[in-house]
Amino acid sequence: MSRAAFARNAWLVLAVLAVLFSLQFVLPDYQVLMATRMMLLAVFALGFNALLGYVGLLSLGHALFFACGLYASGLTVYHFGWGLPAAFVFAVGASAVLALLIGAVALRTIRVSFMIVTLMFAQVGALTVLYFAAWTNGQEGLSLPASARVADLGVATLDLTDALTRYNIAYGLLAASLLILLVYLGSARGRIATAVRDNEGRTEMLGFNVFAAKLEMFVLSGAMSGAAGAAYGLLFGYLGATFASFQYSIEPLLFTLLGGAGTLLGPLVGVLFMVGLIDKLSELTTAYLLVIGVVLIVLILWFPKGILGTVRERWLPWLM
Amino acid sequence: MKIRSGLSNLSLPRRDVLKTIGGAAALLASPAVIRPGFAQEKTIRLGAPFHRTGIGASYGRWYERTANAAVALVNEAGGINGMQVEMIVEDDGTDPKRGSELIEKFATEYKVDAVFGHLFSHVVAASAPRAGELKMPYFICSEASLLGAGKLNRYTLQPGITDVRSQVKAMAPWIASTLGKKVTMIFPDYNFGHDHRDFFSAAIAEQGGEVVAKIAIPPTETSFTRYLPQIAPETEVIYHVMVGPAVLTFVKELGDYLGSQRPEIFGFIDSLEAVDFSTPQLSFLDGTYFWEANPRYAQAEQTPFDKFYREKVGVDANGASTADPKDISTYSHMFSVWETLFAIKQGMEACNYQGPANQKDLILAMEQITAFPESNEHPQGAKVFNGKLHQVFGSQCISKVEGGKLVVAHRTSVEDGMYESDVDYTKMDL
Repeated sequence: MSRAAFARNAWLVLAVLAVLFSLQFVLPDYQVLMATRMMLLAVFALGFNALLGYVGLLSLGHALFFACGLYASGLTVYHFGWGLPAAFVFAVGASAVLALLIGAVALRTIRVSFMIVTLMFAQVGALTVLYFAAWTNGQEGLSLPASARVADLGVATLDLTDALTRYNIAYGLLAASLLILLVYLGSARGRIATAVRDNEGRTEMLGFNVFAAKLEMFVLSGAMSGAAGAAYGLLFGYLGATFASFQYSIEPLLFTLLGGAGTLLGPLVGVLFMVGLIDKLSELTTAYLLVIGVVLIVLILWFPKGILGTVRERWLPWLM
Repeated sequence: MKIRSGLSNLSLPRRDVLKTIGGAAALLASPAVIRPGFAQEKTIRLGAPFHRTGIGASYGRWYERTANAAVALVNEAGGINGMQVEMIVEDDGTDPKRGSELIEKFATEYKVDAVFGHLFSHVVAASAPRAGELKMPYFICSEASLLGAGKLNRYTLQPGITDVRSQVKAMAPWIASTLGKKVTMIFPDYNFGHDHRDFFSAAIAEQGGEVVAKIAIPPTETSFTRYLPQIAPETEVIYHVMVGPAVLTFVKELGDYLGSQRPEIFGFIDSLEAVDFSTPQLSFLDGTYFWEANPRYAQAEQTPFDKFYREKVGVDANGASTADPKDISTYSHMFSVWETLFAIKQGMEACNYQGPANQKDLILAMEQITAFPESNEHPQGAKVFNGKLHQVFGSQCISKVEGGKLVVAHRTSVEDGMYESDVDYTKMDL
């Protein structure tokens, strides 16, 4: 990618972040709450897209990393009384380590086998949450105590029951994730990752360590998904086994396909469309998931590269 | 490639597709959809996040029907404090994440006066903290023993139905004295089952009995025969609380395993809510006992209140829909929605509720309520409300399956199910 194209992408990301920041001043209360959840889900989808869109690996088990972040942060707070910043950092680290271990095994497989292995690991994770119900309270889950609704950062204390505080924390996490990905993809390491996606055999023949490149992205992806899960649990004060279920492995896939796999902002666009559509449609019909399914089929038939993928193909070829 | 070329023959122009999507977007943005800003007159707005889809769908369907009937009745009688009641229903998918999102939506977009109707405990556990933080009165119609454990908050109340702890405490004396004292429990291996395991074990021990085997079945299990040899030989009573789609398989396999030389069997109707007792697999259950909160089949001594309630909701004497005899109700749970709505009405009238500015007054008024007498508004029976605990206590029924119908064999008193608790929600910040 040329320096000019990278600069354009950087400006686009900054412009999107500026718009997102300013939204908190104009959106009504409910939309602020919705946007907070959307931004966290977007971080989850960004992590997923890092793997699918830039290395070409389709994981069906990313709920595992989301749930790992959720529980690693929530359980340390709930059982050991950790402060929220420490719990968050620990959760991101735990998710990265888990991704490293699972990646080391799963990345020895390819295509359908990779999908099945990741799916199986996620199922193990979901059943582990239920098995250790004495700690996790199983299906019913745990609500974080009132003392865990305040984050002490040393220099300031954040009240997590406040909607705007939560919005800005979610915004900060999204901004950090986008910028990390932007810088990574613009670097030499990022170019190796995309080379693996485009032609794995040729990349290997050129002397690059393909396995290491994949594992690196797998860990980044897992850590990002874990960060989203940790923030989700801490900001909304609830940990539940549902978040480890298969549904949460499929959601980031749908967000990514809708927004455009392999585009930096695609997952965010996908989340905005799909979560917004579900919210509005559910007011009209109980068959909202059916409508979502039809919309997805239509989009994949006519816009197989997703919204931003189509935009890149037709109008903005420089889009990352 | 073949698929792609095949699709390219489809002659749906992209422009038309875009128009259709654009039209759909315009529809979604239309005033008919964006309801919140278009309220015509002052009404009491109640958010109703029902389980329309997901594993709780059969409950949700009947919760909604019951709530509609109750709201119609309230409005016919002039509403609450002169204001008509408007119910806004949304589907939570029996999903904790969506459940808590809906609490936010009801509080900040619809700006409702109260939210009611959540049943499944994991949805309640996720939603209650958000209701507390948003200071939204949140009335649950669940059986979860969360309130009694002090896990919820000042804004969460349960005035319509008892919790599992109360239910098992009320029935343990009858089980011990009538069916037997050596009990094998078969329960799903998650919170609902664990509540039964822990509270019933303690309750039967108080009666001089004991649980001789505890068989926890993983929630994902679809075949049960391999668990059944764990039933202790000295068992006098099998206590089962299985729920979910595999319950018919469970009953059939239990019947095949035990044959005719079976111990007494006591189950919770939760297993068979919305299920027709004339289903062939269930013939084995004849002569066994079930807990019911509210008798599905109209009894010989049916109260006029139950008759009134059935008629208004549209339920026949067999507990099925009057419109479709195959559509079986969730009769032992759905009364909670009806009674909760009238409890809200009572609380709002007591504090002369006029709008969201009085939400704190509503909580205080609810905490002052001590009893709900048996009436058309409370057809399941008289109840005692513990304002400190935010939890109601009522009577329970133990029914015997006779000829494919449930006949009440024993009805506990309200006091049988009351338990002591140090929890006092009135001391929490309002």
